[in-house]
Amino acid sequence: MVNLKEPEILFKAHKITKYFGEFKANDSINISIIKGKIHALLGENGAGKSTLVKIFYGIFKPDSGSIELNNQKINISSPKLARSHGIGMVFQHFSLFPALNIAENILISLDKKISFKQLILDISELSKKWDLSIDPLKKVSELSVGEQQRVEIIRCLMQNPKLLIMDEPTSVLTPQEITSLFKILKKLAKSGCSILYISHKLEEIIELADQVTILKSGKSIATINPKKTTISYLAEKMVGKEIAKLKKISKKPFTKKIALKIINLNKQKENNFGTTLNNINFEVNYGEILGIAGIAGNGQIELMETLSGETKCKYDKEILFNNKPIGFKGVQERRDLGIETIPEERNYHATVPDLKLHENTFLTCYQKYFATKNFFSSLFINPEYSLDESIRIIEDNDVRCPEKNPFASQLSGGNLQKFILGRSLASNPKVAIFAQPTWGVDVGAATLIRQKLINIANDGKAVILISQDLEEIFHLSDKISVINNGYLSDIKSIKDITAIDVGLLMGSNLNSSNENNII
Amino acid sequence: MIVFTPRNKPSKNWIFLAPTLSIILTVILGGFIFAFLGYNPGETLYHIFISPFTRIDRISDVFVKACPLIIIGTGLIFCFKANVWNIGAEGQFIIGALLAGSFGLLFPEMDTKFLLLIMIFIGFLGGALWAFIPAILKTKLNVNEILVSLMLVYIAMLLIDFVVRGPLRDPMSFGFPLTKAYPEGALINKIPIPGIGFLGQLHYGVISVFILVPIAWVIINKTLLGFQIKVLGSAPKATSFAGFKEKRITMIVLLLSGGLAGIAGVIEVSANMGQLQPEISFGYGFTAIIVVFLGRLNPIGIILAGIIIATVKLGADNAQMAIGIPKVVTGLFEGILLFFLLTGETLQKYQIAWKNYRS
Repeated sequence: MVNLKEPEILFKAHKITKYFGEFKANDSINISIIKGKIHALLGENGAGKSTLVKIFYGIFKPDSGSIELNNQKINISSPKLARSHGIGMVFQHFSLFPALNIAENILISLDKKISFKQLILDISELSKKWDLSIDPLKKVSELSVGEQQRVEIIRCLMQNPKLLIMDEPTSVLTPQEITSLFKILKKLAKSGCSILYISHKLEEIIELADQVTILKSGKSIATINPKKTTISYLAEKMVGKEIAKLKKISKKPFTKKIALKIINLNKQKENNFGTTLNNINFEVNYGEILGIAGIAGNGQIELMETLSGETKCKYDKEILFNNKPIGFKGVQERRDLGIETIPEERNYHATVPDLKLHENTFLTCYQKYFATKNFFSSLFINPEYSLDESIRIIEDNDVRCPEKNPFASQLSGGNLQKFILGRSLASNPKVAIFAQPTWGVDVGAATLIRQKLINIANDGKAVILISQDLEEIFHLSDKISVINNGYLSDIKSIKDITAIDVGLLMGSNLNSSNENNII
Repeated sequence: MIVFTPRNKPSKNWIFLAPTLSIILTVILGGFIFAFLGYNPGETLYHIFISPFTRIDRISDVFVKACPLIIIGTGLIFCFKANVWNIGAEGQFIIGALLAGSFGLLFPEMDTKFLLLIMIFIGFLGGALWAFIPAILKTKLNVNEILVSLMLVYIAMLLIDFVVRGPLRDPMSFGFPLTKAYPEGALINKIPIPGIGFLGQLHYGVISVFILVPIAWVIINKTLLGFQIKVLGSAPKATSFAGFKEKRITMIVLLLSGGLAGIAGVIEVSANMGQLQPEISFGYGFTAIIVVFLGRLNPIGIILAGIIIATVKLGADNAQMAIGIPKVVTGLFEGILLFFLLTGETLQKYQIAWKNYRS
């Protein structure tokens, strides 16, 4: 019998400690999950959330500590064992075979034997019961990300879980998909299944969770009821200091001087995994931030590479900078003109992990050394020229390095991004184009980076922000557009568009169906 | 289960440890193989590793043997650093020697060494020309350079065979497939040492190593080209982000390595043979690949590696003469060595650990 005063504790982890080499990823963490409740796990990147849940799911073995399920000590040494105890997990990155249909995907992962016909019946039944609207015979490659996630959820539900672990489930979803996911999770919880929900999105946690445990640097800081707290309190706990509020100074009215103008840009995709850019038009004025929202893989990378000059345009006039065509200009020429781009891949694209920071500085600024050198010494231009500049970038941008002049691979995501940003801005560009600048970056660094974006726009520079993070887009942009399947929606002023509108533009397939109608 | 975790910083220790350990393990495993074949492992290893250093003329022969390996290897560094896999240095070596030799034979009376300088230049062009074929196919049509460069080796071998037996055969050679002897101006002389005379086969060509290797070092470490090569090798997308031209770099490294292989061919023939014959290389172009990895893609390291491999090669000759062990064992030796080297490469980038998973 459930005692109303004492909530029934389903899952209890006691003093979980996990080392990776010298590094203490989890430091005697205690957590108690109540039956039928949604328990959130909040923390920055690297706080130890993923490590902890991987321990719960049997992927990692803790160095010390114990786990109790229904007041009984259990030993979870493998995911299979975890599943047999009724613990299911939906990973951030799905593990589905695109070429197989949903039922087949679920069949492979089942621990128990079951006939295919029975399986299809089971899936349909579960789908109906939980409003998942899943057709078991549909191919996974035809599913949207949200649907794929639901397949993963069904996969867990097949085992009648008592505890469902969700690792950052909303990072890939549209706002509409998030809403429906939350409905499903709440319904699941009501039926008695506990949910451990990992996120670093504060609003979500306040909306969804019954309890939240905050992790910081591998330690659990507090467990609180999110309904009785505020976003800023949670954020402060998570980051350890009050997040510097983004200062958006009321700017002088825009000069309305167009910096960059894209006219009828078309770009055929290079392979099956790419996206064709279709008739893209937009312009950015000096002093303004244009936000381009969209789910990953809808042409952002292709657009970025065309803007940076890594892939050449078909016509010179497809891109105008200060009213001059630059479509045929290469990366370095555009950089010299004052157009800086920051690609979304920090490793192997924006930087070379196996090279030191001064060499990575040299990577984008080597050109300028030629101007000051005579012919003979210009033969010997080498990365050592960038040593001072690199140190300046590190110091000015608070890039925390494990040693003086480390390899790029030694920096954490946030610090590497600060370095990349600093490197680009050191040349004082006129136009700055950022792709996913805060992706996978901890909250502290993200705030700093966002503030920097605002500052450079206030400085009168034109900024293009391509981001999946709607919060970020709405926070920073003056104008918003959405890229979907290689099409760019009409640009709207921030005042004339809501998150719902953007979500619809992101999730719907309007453009391609239009195309079909025309044919 | 063995688990590999990537190191976020390549281990400094392993940079030196890997080649050293590879050699030691090769010796141990080689010793077992000799014992298995019925030879005394101690004696065999003595002949292979020690005997080349027992006489001063033998030592100089080690350098002579190492010379083409080091020159070819120096060129291959550029390719391998850029992740461009030129496997056809053997063919580039042959074509360089063939073109330069054909040119030298046009001036039978020439006795100034100016001719040799021109031949070296032509040798460079010849090798580069042979490497240009895989280069243009790779950059224009995305054809795999490994296959093309390798297949061109056999074409080069047949080509020199044809030329030596046909158009350039010396009518006075009594039917042997040999060209006329090079004119004096096309030969590389032995180095006379005052009071001793000649030291084995030691010739002036060996000096080129001490010119070419430092130049390669400077290019790699002190120029933009060297930097571009490094970036292309470890992050091709960063190459385009930096505005470097990937295809141009690919072309340059292939031409450079082909050219250097061609120079090695000229030096080898002018110093040791004095005429063209069907066989001029004896696998230098392939052995140089091992030299490059043993030398850890470092010009200075390659000198050392070239000497080690040359020692093994000469030692195998000695072992064959002394105790009749078949020469093919050197091939086996090189194979084992490369195997251990590549293992060491992995250890430098990854940490390994044993982990027990109970399912």
